Parts: sequence; C-alpha cells; structure tokens
Amino acid sequence: MLNRPPAAKESAGPQFEPRIVAFFCNWCTYLAADLAGTSRMKYAPNVRVVRLMCSGRVDPQFVLDAFAHGADGVFIGGCHPGDCHYQEGNYKTLKRYALLKRLLKDMGIEEERFRLEWISAAEADRVRATINDMVEKVRALGPLALDAQAAEQPSVAQEVMA
Amino acid sequence: MPEKPKVAFYWCASCGGCEEAVVDLGDAILDVVAAVDIVFWPVALDFKRKDVEALPDASIAISFVNGAVRTSEQLEMSHLLRRKSQLLVALGSCSHLGGVPGLANLFGRDSILEEVYSLSPATINPEHRMPAARYGDNGNTVELPELHQSVHSLNQVVDVDYYIPGCPPTPKMFQAALQTLMSGQLPPRGTVLAPDHALCDECPRKDSKPQDLTIAEFKRPQQLLIDEQKCLLAQGLLCMGPATRAGCEALCIHGNMPCTGCHGPTSRVKDQGAKILSSLAILVEAREEPEIIKMQASIPDPVGTFYRYSLPASLLRKRRFAEAPPAR
Repeated sequence: MLNRPPAAKESAGPQFEPRIVAFFCNWCTYLAADLAGTSRMKYAPNVRVVRLMCSGRVDPQFVLDAFAHGADGVFIGGCHPGDCHYQEGNYKTLKRYALLKRLLKDMGIEEERFRLEWISAAEADRVRATINDMVEKVRALGPLALDAQAAEQPSVAQEVMA
Repeated sequence: MPEKPKVAFYWCASCGGCEEAVVDLGDAILDVVAAVDIVFWPVALDFKRKDVEALPDASIAISFVNGAVRTSEQLEMSHLLRRKSQLLVALGSCSHLGGVPGLANLFGRDSILEEVYSLSPATINPEHRMPAARYGDNGNTVELPELHQSVHSLNQVVDVDYYIPGCPPTPKMFQAALQTLMSGQLPPRGTVLAPDHALCDECPRKDSKPQDLTIAEFKRPQQLLIDEQKCLLAQGLLCMGPATRAGCEALCIHGNMPCTGCHGPTSRVKDQGAKILSSLAILVEAREEPEIIKMQASIPDPVGTFYRYSLPASLLRKRRFAEAPPAR
C-alpha cells in the first residue's frame, strides 16, 4: 500500500491528496525530473516515481496493479517519437496506452487518471507542469480507492446485506 | 477391505459443463467409481447437504467444486466443503478465475436484477417485484439464496489447494489431475494441474506464425474464410493463445476457431487480460495515435474479450461505479 502524503496545512479541512504512480524512462523523463530537482523547481509532492529503462517496459499489469493497490492516477513519461534509445519502445508504449485507456474506461476508471507524455531530458518545466496539472485533475475526481475495495473482498458475507 | 477415499463434487454458479467433463470420462468413470467413494454429487446422486454436514471434518479426501461464487448458498457450501475436505480443488474456469459468470462484475447486482426482472422486453412486471431472500405468505416463510453484489472465484472466499482449468476441463486433463491427487505425490499447494506454458507452444499452427507479425485490422470469425493451416493471429483473428495456459490440446484451434482463453494465464502472469492486451496492442502497424485508435477499434469489446473467463480474478476484479450503476 502507498502512504498518503500529509494533507496540505493551509487548507481548512483535510484536503484529498491524490497518490500518483509515475513510470519514467531512464533516458528522458527521469533525467528531466532530475533536472527539475537540481533547478530547484517545485511541483506537487504526490508522485512516486519508478525509474525504468524504457517506457516500453511498462507492462499493462504494472498500471493495473498500481490502481488496484491504491494509486489514484498513473503517469507514464517516455521519449518523444523517434527518440527512443531502443528504437521502438515508445511506439509500443503508445499502442498499449491507447488500448489500455479504453479498457480502463470500460472498467469505470476516468481518463484523467491515466496519462502518457513525451518529455525529453531537457524539458524539466514540462515535468513540473504535467505533474501539477495531473494532480489537480485527479484531486478534482477524488479518490479511486480500489485498495479499499480489494480489502473488502474476503468478507463476502457482508455483501449479502442489501 | 480398507475404506475407499471419499470424493465430493459440487457446482456453484456454472453451466453444468464441468459435470459433463466428469461424465465424459466414459468407461473410465467406472475405474473412478471403483477407486473412490462418491459421497456428494448433486447433479448425479441423491445426497443432501445434511449428509455432508453429518460427516466428520476433513473426512472427504477431495472435493471438486466448479462454478463461481455469487450467492449466499454457494458461499456456505464452499465453506462447508472446505471444512469437510482434506483437499479442495477448483474445477473449471468459473471456480478457478470467475469464468463467464464473472463478467457480471461489469454491471453489479442491482442493475442485473433490474434488467432481468423489469427492463427486458420479454418481462411484464408492473408491480416491480424483485427476488427477495425471504417471502412470507399466510404465515409461511420461504427463503431463497441471496445474490451477491459481485462474483468471486473460489479462492477469493476459501483456501483452495489445486486448480483444474478449462471451460470445461477436458476429460483427459481431469483424469490426469485425479490420478495425480490420488497418487499421494502432491505438487506444491496452489498448483494449476495443467502444463505451465502458453498455448502457442503446443499449437499445431505454430510454424506459420510470422516472426514480425503486424495486423491491419482485427476480424471476427464470421468475417472471413478461415485458412485451416495458418496461424489465426496472422489471419487477423483475435486469438488468446499467446496469453493462455496450454493443456487443452488446442481443441478450438483444431476446430478452426481462435482460442478464447479459458485456461487462464500461466503461473508467471498475474493478469491474463493485461498480458494479451500488451501483446495484441503492439501488432498495430500504425504509429500515429488516431490511426492506432482506429485500428484498435476493430476489437469490439476489450474487457469481454481479454477477461472472458477471468474478470473476478483480474487485478481490477470488477467495474467501478463512481455513483450508482446507470440503469440501462
């Protein structure tokens, strides 16, 4: 389970803090996030970054598993088309992303919760802007809470109650 | 004469096809009957629930339960048979992974009841009567099992020792599994009693699968004259073979129809639907998003196709409804 970040202090009530799992390619978006850090850019602290060697390594199971374990959003960052370190990886990501997005929609998960962006190693500002934008959109949607749903599963008997 | 091991069969939410798989043993069923003592089998023998309740705990050697769990009665029977049995075996896709009834998880109980008892064109129900667990009339009360909110595989409600996959399992596979279980040389608990490789591996058309396969458009079987020798995927048919466990001897392929995935995934895969999505999505030749989406639109129903037998056991388990399920 992912720990929730502490609720923002300035808000009056406890504000919902989305948990977003990000899969970043080692050659581009991860470096851009690193650059954002060394440039002292600030962005929403709601993202847990997982570094992969290529966005093409993102197995759709990773995305579903993140959602099932409590992520409110999943964000994949890869190299611009034509720039893949492994030639074809990001095209595969795009193809899987398109179909997975459709499947998630059919499963009742809103489009804004799943996002793919091409971000090169130089585009630190884009990392900042994209994360901030996604956090706000997911915050507006509210919690997904599929982990709570899974935890309820064994007590099937309770389900009988109408 | 030493006492024969006791065996029980039970069906939950299923079609009866798994029972058929047992009966389809043909003459071999006589060997089974000679070797074991069947103490419970509602489809074929007149034993009642109270007969099972009267047995000491763990006195049944093996219980084979087929069907998904979606009513209070099925849940109770699953618990009862678990308590009375040394080995509990999930027989067939429905108890293994949720099966076809598991697709009900796309709708939720209330919208299903609404559809069946009120909205369907063949139904006239002006008083809007819905099935109730209890009904009283003239001082008499009758009870019915209650339908759960969602469908579960057997291992989501009780501990399961082994699985025999398939919709239905082939008699051959059932017989082999039975022999393994009776031999006393038990594989590790939780094993699916079928080969642990993908169907493509034992497919008779394996050699005709191109190295770099691309597909311009997915087709449904009725849309083309299917070549009987060539890889079905290469013909643009949506074949679940790459993400499906072998062991069925490619029955559907021999019938010139694509695999629909009833054996579930291999042991190294958690989510069969995600895996077939992963492998089919990249067969698209296009590289621009609008074209990719257009081509993938030739898959009419991704959830129903990729999770035809495994939705309850998948990572997401059921459709999420942000609010109440929409009335159709």
